Amino acid sequence: MSMVSTESAAGPGPDVVDDVLRRHGARREALVQILREVQSQTGWLRRELIVRIAAGVGLTPAIVEGVASFYRFLHLRAVGQVHFLWSDNVTDRMLGSRMHARELCRLLGVRRGPPAGEGALASVDFTSCIGLGDQGPALLVNHHQVLTRIDDLRVVEIADLVQARVPPADWPAEWQRVEPQVRRADVLLAAPPMQGQALEATIARGSEATLNELEASKLRGRGGAGFATATKWNLCLRAPPPPGQHRVVVCNADEGEPGTFKDRVLLMLQPDALIEGMTVAARLLDARRGFIYLRGEYRFLLESLQEVLARRRAAGLLGTRVRGIDGFDFDIAIHLGAGAYVCGEESALIESLEGKRGTPRIRPPFPVERGYLGAPTIVNNVETFCAAAHVAWRGGAAWAALGTAESSGTKLHSVSGDCERPGVYEYPFGVTIEQILQDCGAIGPARRAQAVQVGGPSGLCLAAHEFGRRIGFEDVPTAGAFMVFDQTRDMFETARSFAHFFAHESCGFCTPCRVGTELVVRRMDKLAAGHGSLFDEAELVELEALLHGTTHCGLGASATNPLRDTLLRFRPAYERRVQSPTFTPGFDLDAELEPARRVTGRDDPLAHLDREG
Amino acid sequence: MNCFSLDGVEVPFEDGETLLAAARRAGHDVPHLCWHPALGQSGACRVCTVRVSGRLASACTTRAAPGLVVENRTPVLDAKRRTLLQMLFVEGNHFCPGCEKSGDCLLQATAYDMGMTDPHFEEFYPARPVDASHPEVWLDLNRCILCKLCVRASHEVDRKDVFAIGGYGIGAHLIVNSPSGQLGDSTFAADDLAAQVCPVGAILPKRRGFVIPIGQRRFDPESDDAGR
Repeated sequence: MSMVSTESAAGPGPDVVDDVLRRHGARREALVQILREVQSQTGWLRRELIVRIAAGVGLTPAIVEGVASFYRFLHLRAVGQVHFLWSDNVTDRMLGSRMHARELCRLLGVRRGPPAGEGALASVDFTSCIGLGDQGPALLVNHHQVLTRIDDLRVVEIADLVQARVPPADWPAEWQRVEPQVRRADVLLAAPPMQGQALEATIARGSEATLNELEASKLRGRGGAGFATATKWNLCLRAPPPPGQHRVVVCNADEGEPGTFKDRVLLMLQPDALIEGMTVAARLLDARRGFIYLRGEYRFLLESLQEVLARRRAAGLLGTRVRGIDGFDFDIAIHLGAGAYVCGEESALIESLEGKRGTPRIRPPFPVERGYLGAPTIVNNVETFCAAAHVAWRGGAAWAALGTAESSGTKLHSVSGDCERPGVYEYPFGVTIEQILQDCGAIGPARRAQAVQVGGPSGLCLAAHEFGRRIGFEDVPTAGAFMVFDQTRDMFETARSFAHFFAHESCGFCTPCRVGTELVVRRMDKLAAGHGSLFDEAELVELEALLHGTTHCGLGASATNPLRDTLLRFRPAYERRVQSPTFTPGFDLDAELEPARRVTGRDDPLAHLDREG
Repeated sequence: MNCFSLDGVEVPFEDGETLLAAARRAGHDVPHLCWHPALGQSGACRVCTVRVSGRLASACTTRAAPGLVVENRTPVLDAKRRTLLQMLFVEGNHFCPGCEKSGDCLLQATAYDMGMTDPHFEEFYPARPVDASHPEVWLDLNRCILCKLCVRASHEVDRKDVFAIGGYGIGAHLIVNSPSGQLGDSTFAADDLAAQVCPVGAILPKRRGFVIPIGQRRFDPESDDAGR
């Protein structure tokens, strides 16, 4: 019995393809959705399926293969009937994820990583942070379910169920429990459900006046860059849509920055605020179509979000004639990502929405001028839309009264790592790092935080002497991650894990990011293996300088931020690795002799360098 | 006519033109690999990185604007280009002495221009296939630098989409559209534009080895075209 579908393991599933194509009108823009949905029933994407899908959407098989092979969650080679992906953020590792993953592999008798043999029972691999850092170690099952709070016993229980061929859908619900874990709520998280208040206020006040309120609120984008929301919306409003088209409203729910999970909590607790924020935007921009680009890791939220959309349509808050107003037609579709961090970049996200590889576009033109299918498009973060709904409801002055001069309102922080109370904390801007550390229990008799990674690997790594600094665009900007490292942690290893993350998530388009992130990884691994020299450290500094400025997009430009920050603040962690202050060979001479030993069939002591005489 | 400044020289441009296109039209060289006058812009190789009014940008994707001050052949920028070229050399398998493209290769010529004397980084030595299935054309992926000129030429001009890009990160690679994945099974033809635009020796005509002797090739110092 197959556990992923009713298809037999040998059946290629042409009927599945035809059904999925029909559901999506065989539109090329839906290609990523089509590939995802077919794979969810067939386990992986065989060549025949790729060819059939390509014929259906009118593309060449090579282009479809190019798209499928771009996304980490789409498989062109067999994976197990149960495919486990362990979240591999540094905070998951700190909770023992790597040890548990090894144990699961041992119990299931599999080696880590695809491809599995055709029809194999299970496969186990790692994936970038899945947004459950406050309740890890966590993993994804068949890109569909999540398992949280894994411990030794749970690993054994999981292996038992797999071997008893119990489908993952029938595994205990308790294993899949995802808690919001809100530790501090302010205006956004403490707000009552948004059931049309912001829309009512917008309609009563008028669109122009509402845009003025948004401007007065000084709201800035929560995705990290901090672009003024009113400016973005105004730019979009001034861009004329192509004939027959309308502007498009996109919510970026591709929360991929490692250590960030606050959007997951908003999607769980405040989905109405998000959707109402998008609907307000649609009113101001005369948009008809909206998309929520939901990261593939949050597939488990899909049904609940669709229920909210359906409920709002039934309540006249979405769909045709919103609030009974002629011409106010706006609806939202949810697009699922398929495992690609770079799709959090807005132009890559739009490429993905159009069914392509998530390669960032050349800008200008910016999405506000030419975005989804050429139409002026705003792309905003989940938290930004929630805040915009709040501003539309309560007015700009109330929002601007919170926070600091340059950073109005509140900000959600995803707190994880070495602390007593991980979870989501909402503070007005201007809060000190120290305050958050104290509130989450990272400073105590037994604990002393040595570093905090604010805003994820793309953000800033701060050391203890900087804990007096304040969250805000003036000082420490953040996209919402707050990872705490206590005095026992090795900050070189933290930086090395982030280097691997960026190399794994590079789209491969431009030279400096594609090759540079790989060169950084090789040098960090070399240092970790004890073969590094001061020369390698100097090389890392050079690579860091090159990647700032020459890359095609921000992923490459920020890929060496953790390296830069830790070299500056935790230099002893690097120096410990430099065996000789002058020079150490970059390779292991004995290991280099291995091919010669294999060829000659020798393995005696004299065939080994270190066992000689 | 509107002008921008390129290393202190005024360069006229037409509306919508990129820095690179305008500079080339005016007879100036901006080092590049993934740009071609007949094809859409890409911005992948980054070798044309210039400093535009203080900020780094690729000349092939940046629209010219009046009054822009563009630095091109400065020692700092050439050093960055040299490193980018070294990255491309170690990422693939480039053995100039035995390559039929030697002397006619934009990667090699640009490396000489930028004063690159060694690969600097350790060679990756990736295992990449040679596809000799096509009767008239070799496809040697060891030399591919992912400039996508063949992809764009086949899509935009030949209208065949013979090529696509697959994978991600350091695993990104060229894919051939055919049932077997081999060039010989595709609709590729030797007179396609895609067969003419490869800046390196990844796509080469068969049975024409060393027709032009070494020393007389496009970028050879003795050649009339030297320095483009």
